[in-house]
Amino acid sequence: MNLTLKVWRQAHATDTGSIQTYDAKDIPEEASFLEMLDIVNERIITDGGDPIHFDHDCREGVCGMCSLTINGVPHSKEKGITTCQVHMRKFRDGDTLWIEPFRARAFPIVKDLMVDRTAFDRIVAAGGYIDVRTGSAPDANSVPIPKQNADASFDAAACIGCGACVASCKNASAMLFVGAKATHLNLLPQGAPEKDKRTLALVRQMDAEGFGNCTNQYECEAVCPAEISADVIAKLNRDYSAAAAREAVAD
Amino acid sequence: MAYDGSTTGSNTDTLDSAIPEGPLPEKWTKYKDNAKLINPANKRKYNIIVVGSGLAGGSAAATLSELGYQVKCFCYQDSPRRAHSIAAQGGINAAKNYRNDGDSVWRLFYDTIKGGDFRSREANVHRLAEVSANIIDQCVAQGVPFAREYGGLLDNRSFGGAQVSRTFYARGQTGQQLLIGAYQALEKEVSKGGVTMYPRTEMLDLVKVDGHAKGIITRDLCTGEIERHAADCVILATGGYGNVFFLSTNAMGCNVMAAFRAHKRGAYMANPCYTQIHPTCIPVSGDYQSKLTLMSESLRNDGRIWAPKSPETAKKIREGKLKAKDIAEEDRDYYLERKYPSFGNLAPRDISSRSAKEACDEGRGVARTGLGVFLDFSDAIARLGEDTIRARYGNLFHMYEKISGDNPYETPMMIYPAVHYTMGGLWVDYNLQSNVKGLHVLGEANFSDHGANRLGASALMQGLADGYFVIPATLPNYLVDQTPGAVTVEAPEFEKAEAEVRERIEKLLSIKGTKSVDSFHRELGLLVWDKCGMARTKEGLQEALERIPEIRKDFWENVRIPGDADGVNMELEKAGRVADFIDFAEVMCHDALNREESCGGHFREEYQFTKDDEAVQSGYTNEGEAKRRDEEFAYVSAWEHAGPGEEPILHKEKLVFEGVKLSVRSYK
Repeated sequence: MNLTLKVWRQAHATDTGSIQTYDAKDIPEEASFLEMLDIVNERIITDGGDPIHFDHDCREGVCGMCSLTINGVPHSKEKGITTCQVHMRKFRDGDTLWIEPFRARAFPIVKDLMVDRTAFDRIVAAGGYIDVRTGSAPDANSVPIPKQNADASFDAAACIGCGACVASCKNASAMLFVGAKATHLNLLPQGAPEKDKRTLALVRQMDAEGFGNCTNQYECEAVCPAEISADVIAKLNRDYSAAAAREAVAD
Repeated sequence: MAYDGSTTGSNTDTLDSAIPEGPLPEKWTKYKDNAKLINPANKRKYNIIVVGSGLAGGSAAATLSELGYQVKCFCYQDSPRRAHSIAAQGGINAAKNYRNDGDSVWRLFYDTIKGGDFRSREANVHRLAEVSANIIDQCVAQGVPFAREYGGLLDNRSFGGAQVSRTFYARGQTGQQLLIGAYQALEKEVSKGGVTMYPRTEMLDLVKVDGHAKGIITRDLCTGEIERHAADCVILATGGYGNVFFLSTNAMGCNVMAAFRAHKRGAYMANPCYTQIHPTCIPVSGDYQSKLTLMSESLRNDGRIWAPKSPETAKKIREGKLKAKDIAEEDRDYYLERKYPSFGNLAPRDISSRSAKEACDEGRGVARTGLGVFLDFSDAIARLGEDTIRARYGNLFHMYEKISGDNPYETPMMIYPAVHYTMGGLWVDYNLQSNVKGLHVLGEANFSDHGANRLGASALMQGLADGYFVIPATLPNYLVDQTPGAVTVEAPEFEKAEAEVRERIEKLLSIKGTKSVDSFHRELGLLVWDKCGMARTKEGLQEALERIPEIRKDFWENVRIPGDADGVNMELEKAGRVADFIDFAEVMCHDALNREESCGGHFREEYQFTKDDEAVQSGYTNEGEAKRRDEEFAYVSAWEHAGPGEEPILHKEKLVFEGVKLSVRSYK
């Protein structure tokens, strides 16, 4: 199949950047979207140009590294998949595809389609963990966890940290990401002792990183490749209100 | 080059594996009782470099920081959470015996040794089995959401190569959940100031001072800056070398560079010929393909594997003239059920993979490329109903359909084996220290625990055992004799190593040839897959050893790397990795040529059971099964780098078996 690509090119973080046009000719229908870009890049290299830079690694939908906005939608309009799982058979011969990075102020562009998502690491470092020293853990079966709580915690823990939620949100809010982390840990008995501290720290770091506020548009839920429910945002709001109230009283 | 496969030029010295004295079950306890300690006030004076942030590196960096050491941790990805440990699906083994089904540390130890075809070091494997239970405790305390039963306690399932249910799992994403646990522990230590994290940073060389590993040279993958990092010791947890085959189930960025740089600086590479080929992967569909996708081998519980009996029928399927369901029952060959009636479709990974290759070599392959066999669920669907099959394998069927475009509920899946894991790696002793003092190697990057074949659900166990429990106990034995901070980046060795790194980058950029990095990688991968893949022969390996230097020459004359070294340049990154894969492939083929036996993932066609063997006549095993030669080859091959283009020098570590009796693996 033959396609026209409109790709965001930006040499470095402070470059202005612009959309460039490329022909993608003779692309096999069985190829994945990223393999299509590999083919285009191999031709760019042979012609003496600078290949299109994009992030990718596992190419099976779990590492969270790939991060393209395809025709205006992070990871493409197909539900519940990452960029690397998009296949060319979903497009038609002659299509024009717009390929852009995940855009958000808190995700500065590194080059072309690569963005810096270390803000997510800093949020996790602020409180997205259970403070347990190696070697100090009790026997794994000493604390039973009701299956429904374990399953709900798991649903939130499935987040792959790709940042599509932020890229899809008109406010570039990270509430789905932060809500997922808080829900994963706050639902477990092991996470209970630090629940308030964790919740406050996560939200404050999120604000400090420059992510916007949530206005309940649920674009995040629609694009999330791990299909995290926006319920985690409600849960985060509830946990935050309670923690903030307790903090105020304690002061 | 004429190479007769003999071990001429090899050293017969025995490597000191530093195995503690005493009976096997007591070694680790006694070791810990007598291990050296560093007092808390002194620990913070020591700096430790950890390269890699997967299960092994992430857990090591977090735990060492908790103990008080100052840690610098490096990864090439944009976040430590993305390491390829994340892709493991099935589970993690632990000898908890929560099922009361007779499991024990000894049984886990024995299964792992047998699964490895008696080519691993007993003392290490026993220690692994011992600490396995602590891993589960630690992960649960961190909030890893393992599968649970309605009573609130942990669930288990069974896995290949074991008769007990000892595998803990988190849906089909156990690796991901364990890695997030280790990542969160790592970030916790980052926030406390014990770990400095360097994402998007690649190690380009190891720096040795007075024979000890004391630092690394890195490149910042965003700015292109070359940096020196000094420490009191270096830990590599950089994963396996499966991408030497170009196509594998590894992530695109997985590479052997860090390990190979260490090898060039004197660290021995052990058993590189042991590679695991996983039987249930989605077949290659074309030249453009960048990686292969694995589907959990749990599919083999209900799927039946077959190929058409006649090559003519297979040809018609390949051409699209016939479909799987058009083939009558009597024209199908359920070859695993035929050859291994008692294990059937659940035969171990190496055996299943080789059988698929045999069917395809006979012209009976079914995918368009001729390299594929059917994995058929129609009987299971008829017996159990589509809903039951959906509940068991729904996510895998969904994944298959997304990639192949076929609906496995209606038409059989097509599968073919793919490179998945590498058992070989840098040689380490019981302390996980390489022959280069101060250099420690963890996880898939070392060679120690899986012998010639790894059992399912054991990679996660080993990575976390090494990082959480082994290295924190063994590292002080080295550090206690070191003066903290004695080496700085001002040392002349750093200057020299940095100059060499810069020179190599400039050389790569100055070639300005006509061929892309990927084209060389693909060429190398096809060669080693063909000659050093599922089946190897002396002639094939000799041919590969003649071809690899040609590829290397072509690469260094004709590779084209656009751009410069300032800032992001992914082609430059790939070029450095592929250059090392080319050199590494040579060591791998030398090892495969030297090892004149078949064991686990290493199958030499010359060494297989024939109808003249007693074991075949007695019905214990089949013709064509792997034949070990324990008298001659019960040793670890540890290869020393002898200079560019030179044949590496073989060192041997004799394997001594005190706990188990060597036997022929039989899965009939």
